[in-house]
Amino acid sequence: MATYADLALPDDGKLSRNILWFARALRKAGLPIGPGRVIDAITAVQAVGFTERRDFYWTLHACFVSRPEHRAVFAQVFRLYWRDPRYMEQMMSLMLPAIRGVQEERRAEAAEKRAAEALLDGANRDLPQAPEAPSDDDQVEIDASATMAREERLKTLDFEQMSVAEIAAAKRMLAKLQLPVRPLPSRRQVPALTGRAIDPRATLRAALRQGGEITSLAHRRPATRWPNLVVLCDISGSMSQYSRMVLHFLHAVANRKGQGWARVHGFTFGTRLTNITRHLRQRDVDAALRAAGAEAQDWSGGTRIGACLHNFNRDWSRRVLGQGAVVLLITDGLDRDDSGQLAREMERLHLSARRLIWLNPLLRWEGFAPRATGIRAMMPHVDAFRAGHSIASLESLAAAISDPADAGEKARMLALLAGS
Amino acid sequence: MTEIPPPGVPQSIDAVEQMLAAEGYVAARALSTVVFLALRLGRPLFLEGEAGVGKTEIAKVIARALGRRLIRLQCYEGLDAASAVAEWNFAAQMVAIRTAEAAGGADRDLLKTELFTEDFLIERPLLAAMRPQPGGPPVLLIDELDRTDEPFEAYLLEALSDFQVTIPELGTVRAPSPPIVILTSNRTREVHDALKRRCLYHWVDYPTAEREQQILTARCPEAQEALSREIVAFVQKLRTEDLFKKPGVAETIDWAKCLLALDVISLTPEVIADTLGAILKYQDDIQKLQGSAAKRLLDDIRKDLAPA
Repeated sequence: MATYADLALPDDGKLSRNILWFARALRKAGLPIGPGRVIDAITAVQAVGFTERRDFYWTLHACFVSRPEHRAVFAQVFRLYWRDPRYMEQMMSLMLPAIRGVQEERRAEAAEKRAAEALLDGANRDLPQAPEAPSDDDQVEIDASATMAREERLKTLDFEQMSVAEIAAAKRMLAKLQLPVRPLPSRRQVPALTGRAIDPRATLRAALRQGGEITSLAHRRPATRWPNLVVLCDISGSMSQYSRMVLHFLHAVANRKGQGWARVHGFTFGTRLTNITRHLRQRDVDAALRAAGAEAQDWSGGTRIGACLHNFNRDWSRRVLGQGAVVLLITDGLDRDDSGQLAREMERLHLSARRLIWLNPLLRWEGFAPRATGIRAMMPHVDAFRAGHSIASLESLAAAISDPADAGEKARMLALLAGS
Repeated sequence: MTEIPPPGVPQSIDAVEQMLAAEGYVAARALSTVVFLALRLGRPLFLEGEAGVGKTEIAKVIARALGRRLIRLQCYEGLDAASAVAEWNFAAQMVAIRTAEAAGGADRDLLKTELFTEDFLIERPLLAAMRPQPGGPPVLLIDELDRTDEPFEAYLLEALSDFQVTIPELGTVRAPSPPIVILTSNRTREVHDALKRRCLYHWVDYPTAEREQQILTARCPEAQEALSREIVAFVQKLRTEDLFKKPGVAETIDWAKCLLALDVISLTPEVIADTLGAILKYQDDIQKLQGSAAKRLLDDIRKDLAPA
């Protein structure tokens, strides 16, 4: 990487070099900082001048931080770096993986590990391995000439009944799956051949070309935009096989360009809520799921749906549901916590989302009846209730999302609820 | 970037702090620092934070303190160039064409040059901010940027980095001296990095108890010291509770005004129950605070305040 230390700056070259190295450390810690920002920062520090350490901190903060979650990383890198820059410089040039020795004995604070790794150029950066399903990729060689009949059978086969080979094939099918949605009308106007509104600006411009004679009217119509999708996926023990497949599906939806969704946000929950949106952006599905698995620590554990939904409502709903998002809730609804809280949180979620669709893999059983208290509490607050146990059922989801009147099996379930 | 700032712009962070304080805005040191930088470097200032922490207010205060005009662009879904930059006065243009025709032999070339001139242009906030204003470059407040959509954000890039806007029929209008730009967002969605990169960023947090006390004294001076101490302690305590929407500073000030209007001298559980609507805006939150919870909080803060 080029060094930008030779900037034509009148001030002390040492300081600008230090800021440069500091910026590089921040970049390694994951903050999006380009050379432009470094120059800005140096200019800013010159403008402020050196009076107090606090001002220096906030000056650099203003230039380098652009998201609330970066503040903690910045604070840690700043603390480590500016305590003794010369020492750190030396450390960085030597790349000694010994940051632990520099600091006091105590538990690592949040973001500290990330900061320390960044300063040490990524030494000892091994992520915990995700508890993956028995690794299927290297075991099975799939016959490429899969017949139609076999694909058809696979589509309706329950995920839980699939063999390892079938799972691999199903994953491949999921990666190709389309989930087309109908666009929403937006408030923005676009030119159109026919439309209800007249576009005076375009009309007049066209008229001028003919010497001020208006021969035809230009029109406008409302533009369309794509909805956002928020997926809340249960990864507790009772859901394990389904949630893995659903995450594959989610990865496919999140990474397919032009498939319709504006933004796809993914969350997993078991005993706690985890945002895996960032991990889903990785192109390679296995890498993405491994990263997501490392982030979510509660795979195949218990379920606390009410508490997790509460966290979602409090911390995330305002940030991701703002633009009329469709919420896909994937869970079996088997929750042992207080059903009163669950009902309250479901109601809140329903009020904030444009459409709330519940996918329940248990619905595959013919005789499924909503007996569990969790299911009883959640059922009245969803717009649609559907099965989610096979590729075919995920495919039919497209219809459910496009059709605002579709309620899936909700009416039948509510009747069962009332009857029992 | 290094040109000498026009007179009146504060020359140090302390001066900024004093300037804001003189207008009744109690700013944290961090906020004063970014405001100083924004003024000094001529960079847009991007403020994010929960609702009601004084993001919009800072723009108003800066405009007042520097004697500049405040131009506000309120963002909403579907905001387009016609309502943000400029619009052609279609009716006047039509009248001009008709008049030219009636006068006989409308000169085509003349018409072309005359129809799309500034005379027929209706200025909207962004264009107005690029024009010289009495008192110096204006303060441009682009409020609640997260409410608009991404295409509009992209449009802002030109305005924010080069301080110019382009009107296709007219050309590019460049600001003679850059306006002071302040953008705010409630973070109902992430604003694109390309836009953030052009700005100085600051997350406006809830104030500390001490600072909130100063704010309340500045904005609501008629409140008794004892009452305002109780109000601040109660609201601060409330923010540590598990609420769907925590009360902002604006709510604290509103509540203090409500209590003053009711001639309250000291907080009681009954008074809190009656006026809870001023600080909490969600039914779930209000329900949580009904009954014994308010009394428990009140007892807690009494205990904390007693030794002081």
